[in-house]
Amino acid sequence: MFSNPLIYFVVIPVVMLLGIYLSRSMAQIRSVAVAGSILLTALSVWLIVDYLGLRAAGDMAPMLYRGDWMWFSALNIKLSVGVDGISLAMLLLSSIILLTGSFASWKINPLPKEFFLWLILLSIGVFGFFISIDLFTMFMFYEVALIPMYLLIGIWGTGRKEYSAMKLTLMLMGGSAFLMLSIIGIYYHSGPDVNGAAHTFDLLQIAANDAIPHSWQYFLFPMAFVGFGVLGAMFPFHTWSPDGHACAPTAVSMLHAGVLMKLGGYGCFRVAIYLMPFAAQELAWIFLILTGISVVYGAFSACVQTDLKYINAYSSVSHCGLVLFAILMLNTTAMTGAIMQMLSHGLMTALFFALIGMIYGRTHTRDIRQMGGLMKIMPYLAVCYVIAGMASLGLPGLSGFVAEMTIFVGSFENTNTLNRVFTIIACCSIVITAVYILRVVGKLLFGPVQDEHHLQLTDATWWERTSTATLIICVAAIGCFPNFFANLIRFTFSPDIFAVLK
Amino acid sequence: MDYSQFLAMKQEIALLGVFLLVFLYDLFMPKNSQRGLSGFTIAIFAIFTVSCFCPVFISGHEVAFGGMYVTNPVMLTIKNILNVGMLIVLIQASRWANSEMQVIRRGEFYSLMLVTLFGMYLMISARHFLLFVIGLECASLPLAAMVAFEKNHYESHEAAIKYILTAVFSSAIFMLGLSFVYGLAGSLYFDSVYFALTGADATDPMLIVALAFVMAGVGFKLSLVPFHLWTADVYQGAPTSVTSYLSVISKGSAAFAFMVILTQVFGCVYSQVWEWMLYALIILTITVGNLFALRQHNMKRFLAFSSISQAGYIMLGIIGCNAMGMASLMFYILVYIFSNLAAFGVIQAIENQTGKVDMTDYRGLYKSNPHLSVVMMLAMFSLAGIPPFAGFFSKFFIFTGALSGTESTALYVLVLIALINTIISLFYYLLVVKAMFLSSDEPVIAPFRSACSERVGMWITVAGILALGLVSCFYNQILILCQTWGLPSLA
Repeated sequence: MFSNPLIYFVVIPVVMLLGIYLSRSMAQIRSVAVAGSILLTALSVWLIVDYLGLRAAGDMAPMLYRGDWMWFSALNIKLSVGVDGISLAMLLLSSIILLTGSFASWKINPLPKEFFLWLILLSIGVFGFFISIDLFTMFMFYEVALIPMYLLIGIWGTGRKEYSAMKLTLMLMGGSAFLMLSIIGIYYHSGPDVNGAAHTFDLLQIAANDAIPHSWQYFLFPMAFVGFGVLGAMFPFHTWSPDGHACAPTAVSMLHAGVLMKLGGYGCFRVAIYLMPFAAQELAWIFLILTGISVVYGAFSACVQTDLKYINAYSSVSHCGLVLFAILMLNTTAMTGAIMQMLSHGLMTALFFALIGMIYGRTHTRDIRQMGGLMKIMPYLAVCYVIAGMASLGLPGLSGFVAEMTIFVGSFENTNTLNRVFTIIACCSIVITAVYILRVVGKLLFGPVQDEHHLQLTDATWWERTSTATLIICVAAIGCFPNFFANLIRFTFSPDIFAVLK
Repeated sequence: MDYSQFLAMKQEIALLGVFLLVFLYDLFMPKNSQRGLSGFTIAIFAIFTVSCFCPVFISGHEVAFGGMYVTNPVMLTIKNILNVGMLIVLIQASRWANSEMQVIRRGEFYSLMLVTLFGMYLMISARHFLLFVIGLECASLPLAAMVAFEKNHYESHEAAIKYILTAVFSSAIFMLGLSFVYGLAGSLYFDSVYFALTGADATDPMLIVALAFVMAGVGFKLSLVPFHLWTADVYQGAPTSVTSYLSVISKGSAAFAFMVILTQVFGCVYSQVWEWMLYALIILTITVGNLFALRQHNMKRFLAFSSISQAGYIMLGIIGCNAMGMASLMFYILVYIFSNLAAFGVIQAIENQTGKVDMTDYRGLYKSNPHLSVVMMLAMFSLAGIPPFAGFFSKFFIFTGALSGTESTALYVLVLIALINTIISLFYYLLVVKAMFLSSDEPVIAPFRSACSERVGMWITVAGILALGLVSCFYNQILILCQTWGLPSLA
């Protein structure tokens, strides 16, 4: 079991949990968190290199590094792991954000030990989700990732934290209730497994059998899509997102917007669309309309907010809506764009939230009306904020441009009128994004200094610089070398693997 | 008469032996060694529990007394599950039983408890309604005395009166139902009734009335809505040790017996008659239990309503009427025993120390008593069905069991309703977590070190919450047993 490299994505965090539990000082906690996440990042980078090597050598299996261990033999529940380029990209994203998140919570107070314990537990859920290809274990890890949010926001959050924490937890768990029913339904219509069992939870096997009756797909597909869509902030189930993100502590906002919301998008294509191609084609229009609304509505809402975190949270609704929107276009280009957008948005929004947390830690306000001229006061953070903003509104050379370009080109490939109309509408969000980003940048960074006390504030410390610099490098890397990531992703979106692309 | 058939009842006889030893110890031991009674009971019951897993007790299908009594490995397993729960209850209760108020009466407490367990054994193994009723009464009546054990508390008396009146009333209804069954089938043997009903007209009003009365009778015991009205008051008034016993052991045994009756006796009219009765009962039980739990402040009342809704989830294992549902039901009971007892363990520790049982008293508990709060949190997460704790697995399996081998949309809708209810239940379970962890108030309860027995109880329950789900052999084993030994009409 331990010869499989993927298992270490769960083993390392578990060891980290133990290490943090035994730590006696803040310094030890930090070193465990940082060392562990560096290890995880190194592991994912190594796997990506190795993966590309294997693919180049002609390995055509849909998933590599497969491992299968029987768990509940009676129900044919297995602990199956395996990754393709997309999961690897997501693993890399998660470990980078965990690393930068640890740096961003360098001085977390109170109860630092508990904070890191919950944060790492959350990351176990995330990593476990991305490596699993068994529906049951995938769902289990999915829920493991959700519940620590309650305590992380409730204890270490700001503002209306109890309300937001409860709202977020209940809405996400509500989504997972639909998901659970859908998973059980899929299981009972999955068709036989290779080992002779009557039903299976194995994603690849279910997709290969393609035995789910069409009448059931009509019922199970919306369940699964809504279940994951709630986490992907799909309209009208997005309302947890602004409140939750605004009240969460910095590292949690980063991890949640950066990684956890990607679980939604990832689940939508890996479970809903991959397993139920028929219903995906038949029912995509419903969700296309909903996600189209998310994209535009999120952007418009961001324009009228005055709280930095709310602005960014609504912008996340808009950008994550774009991910689901692109996935529903059901063609290779748009879906590749969706994955790029996941990576891009994950890094960019983590950068935003990290910066907002750092600014808030100094000014003690997030209201843009009470701040101004930060470029003079904290030039490093201000420049980082501009870079993040440029990435968000799609400046070429940064990640946002690559992702959105691919998505819109791919979406327009669809000759269907509805798809084209919605593509055009969604394109408008780019302009609206520019409005709210530039408005904030102008007001916050370049306007007159609003508060005399702000003049005494200091610029970023070394751990804050590390955190932001890492994220900026990654954003730029995607922007400058998009082909590398597209290559990583492309293999999975072939008609041989995704029946829906035929 | 062939006396060797008593050998089929090895477990019951061993339990009677335990009861006699405890009784005699209490009666004849000199005053100065009376202090050891709790320890003695726990030790001897632990030996009994462990030895029940030994090969001596494991046998195939055994029948005694002309088919009135039956035992097989599935029944052995459910009895073992109850034993484990009982052992934890005994350990948790020992501080309360040794308190100054109770010390003079604790011998009766232990004896009565063991007698009720004996009654539950009979309920589980009965294959004739007469034996079943004996078991049912034997399990209910001594409990009334136990509920009234807080002699100086007014609520305790009130609870006992309510309990005994409803218990007697429900028994009466149950037996009225039995008289109809007898009229229909001309026999009270489970098998005979089953054969007499096979091919019977399912629209026969007598059959429907008989079933309704039988379901109502057992429904009282299980506190299914609308037969739940006694639950909250009794749970609140009874001593906490008795409440925890009522909520897990009593409920667990009744749930299994209910399944046996529905599938064994009325299995042939499953889809025509009782599937829809049970369908309605489940929706009502889960929803009403949850909605009432939302606004409770007294922890014991709160857990009373939570246990009502949990009983609804347990019933989901019956509605599928298949071996997987049966295994899931047993596994659910096992997990529920551990989770609920963990919660009651904390409540008991706090109540014994400070006398406080209100949710508002738990505010800021994490600051003063971190360990207790963590145990409570695990219990709440497990009850709410959050992974990686055992409750998640038991919920998943019970839903899977309910939908096994069916294409019925109605059952999918039922599971969806149950799933949506888990969100409501998550809300109120999180309220407890919120009070303990999120509240910034100064803690009401000062730091204290709980008694040794309480800590042992908590360690066992926490170990169960963590291990029962993640370690797959428990569920696998139960399911294999149910598939091999499953009740005849379930095959």
